[in-house]
Amino acid sequence: MSEFFAMGGYGFYVWTAYAALAVVLVLEVLAVRARRRAVVEEARLSGPESTTIAPGGNA
Amino acid sequence: MASLNWFKYASPVAFFPLAGRMIPWFSWAAAILTAVGLYIGLVMAPTDFQQGEAYRIIFIHVPTAWMSMFLYVVMACWSALALGFGTRLSAMMAQAIAPTGALMTFVALWTGAFWGRPTWGTYWAWDARMTSELILLFLYLGVIALRNAIDDPRRADRACAVLSLVGVVNIPIIYFSVKWWNTLHQGSSVSMTAAPQMAAIMVTGMLVMSFAAWFYAIAVVLARLRTIMIDRERGAAWVAGLPEVRNA
Amino acid sequence: MSAPNAAPNAAAGAILPGVRWSLVRDLKIALRSRAELGVQLLFYVIVVSLFPLATTPERTLLATMGPGVLWVAALLASLLSLPRLFAGDHADGTLEQIALSPYPLEALVSGKILAHWLTTGLPVAVLAPLLGIQYAMDAESLIVLAAALLVGTPILSLLGAIGAALTLGLRAGGSLLALLILPLYVPVLIFGAGSVDAVRAGLGAGANLSLLGAGLLVAVVGAPFAAAAAVRIALD
Repeated sequence: MSEFFAMGGYGFYVWTAYAALAVVLVLEVLAVRARRRAVVEEARLSGPESTTIAPGGNA
Repeated sequence: MASLNWFKYASPVAFFPLAGRMIPWFSWAAAILTAVGLYIGLVMAPTDFQQGEAYRIIFIHVPTAWMSMFLYVVMACWSALALGFGTRLSAMMAQAIAPTGALMTFVALWTGAFWGRPTWGTYWAWDARMTSELILLFLYLGVIALRNAIDDPRRADRACAVLSLVGVVNIPIIYFSVKWWNTLHQGSSVSMTAAPQMAAIMVTGMLVMSFAAWFYAIAVVLARLRTIMIDRERGAAWVAGLPEVRNA
Repeated sequence: MSAPNAAPNAAAGAILPGVRWSLVRDLKIALRSRAELGVQLLFYVIVVSLFPLATTPERTLLATMGPGVLWVAALLASLLSLPRLFAGDHADGTLEQIALSPYPLEALVSGKILAHWLTTGLPVAVLAPLLGIQYAMDAESLIVLAAALLVGTPILSLLGAIGAALTLGLRAGGSLLALLILPLYVPVLIFGAGSVDAVRAGLGAGANLSLLGAGLLVAVVGAPFAAAAAVRIALD
């Protein structure tokens, strides 16, 4: 197992590379989710635009 | 019959739920393929004769590099559709792809540098492929910066579409010129990112990881696309009718 | 600002008159502010003078750096002057009138680009060999450099016009323009500066200049269309 992590002495390079990928993926997914929440919140607050169709006038 | 169904999905309101159903499938496929690919690459594949264990970085460097280039071309195709047919959804697709493409490019550059250091002694050697990849990152960042700089979404759609198409035409020219420059100055030295002699198992690992990267990209781009749709169609009734928007 | 005369239809026959009308107009406007043109050239001279100060006056090193520095400074000088390609007309509403004129927009844009090159790229191409003397470059290198700049600077104007049109009226226009256009300039830079290296290496500049020439042809045909499309997008 420790051989696996040592990667023949190149462990630093191999694992830094894989870690960079993992970090980027996690950050990307989190960023999309955070943006989604913010956008949904804005959509809730602004509500549907009033149209001429709705009788009685929706907000 | 089938073609009618496709055009139905060309409107945001119709595509939104379809995209939502697609995301879990592609996410799971990506996760499984990543697990398989990592097992092949990190455990099954033998040690390389010349590069030792350091070569195992190619299992993430090559797929991300391929994806970075592939995504730019796909973004350009959606841009062409957006300009040609004026469809909002095509432009939103292009908008959704750019950040993922830029991140793939960044990871390709980072992993390439960490592959180069133990193998060829330097993090950055100005070789043709890495230099072209760096310029590709600038092209992505340019599209994103232009999008952010323009307030009007429709103008942003069309401006970014023109920029993406100009970029995609120039990419082969840029690569050719960088390769020219590189061979002139380094002679016949080995390309920094030339893969070692590839055993079949290594190729398999790279292919599996490439598909994993592709499915991941599809999943995250569709997720970002849905967010973009909600953002840009904010006033529409269908957005207001979404469960997550209605509930507190 | 004068509006174009009416009458010619937007058929192919209106291309050259459109180019000429726009070229003459832009040249007149540029020559009215001669000081501004002078300042741009002065910028070029100053930038070129900075590099030896930042590195070394050692002659062989300067001679190696020279073509690259003179080319990069030419790129920067081009970028500096590109925003005014459309911005002036855009600010007072003339650009919209021009877009509505009977001449094809592509022709009018081509005229503007030509005027830009005549007032920016051409002077740089003429000035660069003189500055190359500061860089201990020999006569043969200087001739090749001038030739490459003559072929390459029009490409800078052509590609730059696309960027200028895309970023028209935007807040951070100038820096954004640089970010968008510099990657596209890379092949011009490589083949342009490389032409001197090629001659020094005994390979002759033929290949480099041919590639630049081919690039120029492609840019002349393609860039006005992209730039005109970008202008229309910016005006809508």
